[in-house]
Amino acid sequence: MDKEKNKKIKKKLKKSTAGIAGLGGLGSNVAISLARAGIGKLILVDFDKVEKSNLTRQYYFLDQIGKLKVDALKDNIKKINPEIIIETFNIKLKKGSMEKPFKNADVVIEALDKAETKAAFIEEILIKLKDKPIVAASGVAGYGHSERIATKKLGNLCMCYDELAKSSDEDVLMAPRVILMANWQANLALEIILGEDK
Amino acid sequence: MSIIVNGNNIEWVKNETVEQLIKRMKYTFPLLVVKINEKVILKKDFSITIVPDKSKIAIIHMISGG
Repeated sequence: MDKEKNKKIKKKLKKSTAGIAGLGGLGSNVAISLARAGIGKLILVDFDKVEKSNLTRQYYFLDQIGKLKVDALKDNIKKINPEIIIETFNIKLKKGSMEKPFKNADVVIEALDKAETKAAFIEEILIKLKDKPIVAASGVAGYGHSERIATKKLGNLCMCYDELAKSSDEDVLMAPRVILMANWQANLALEIILGEDK
Repeated sequence: MSIIVNGNNIEWVKNETVEQLIKRMKYTFPLLVVKINEKVILKKDFSITIVPDKSKIAIIHMISGG
C-alpha cells in the first residue's frame, strides 16, 4: 500500500461532504460505500419508510421494516463508522426547492427512482447550484449486461448510464445491477472529490 | 450538411431548434440534458437554441429505477 497516498486521501475525504437524494437501491448503497471509503459527512434525504420488498437490494435489515429510511440508514452507517457526521432530511423533494438540503455538499448524488423526478432534480441542481458536481444514474433495471454501463460526463453532470436498459416500470430491480450502479456512482463521487487517480 | 446525434449521422435542418430536433428524433422519454459540441443546453433553452450544422449532439434521457 502507498502509505503517503492513503494518508492524503483520508485527510481529503474526512473534510468532504456528499449529499444523497433518495435512499433506495442506489442511495442506500452509495452511502454505505462512501462511509466505508472514509467520507467525513453525509447528507441523507428521503421521505419513505423501509418496506420488506426493499430488502432485495437496499441496505436495510428485517428488523428495520417500518422505520424511516433516513434513521435506519444512519444507524447502519454508524455501525460501520460512528465518527461520520450525518445530517438527515425526512422530506419529499418538491420542485422549486429541491436544491436546498444540498447547498453545502461537495458532491450531490441523484439516487431517485421516477424518471420525471430524476430529470427535474438534476435540472434544478444544474440551474440553482452552479458549479456543484452532480452524479446521476439511469438504467438500473434488469440483470446482466454490465458492459453496457458507461460513464457520461456532461459538464458538472456525471452519469452512470445504460441507454438500452428498460424502465423499472416494465422490468425487474435486482441487487447485483442496482448495487453495481450505486458503487459506480460512489466511485465517480470519489473521483470528483479526490481528482483523477493518476 | 449533417449533424451527429447520439453517434448517428442525421440530416441537418436549417434553423431547427433543439425542441424540434427532439421531436424529429421521436424521443419521448422525460428528457434531461442536451449537449451540443461540449456545451450543456438546459431544458428551458430547448425552444430557443438553434442546432448548428456539423454539430455533435448528445441527448440524454432518464428512465425510472433507483
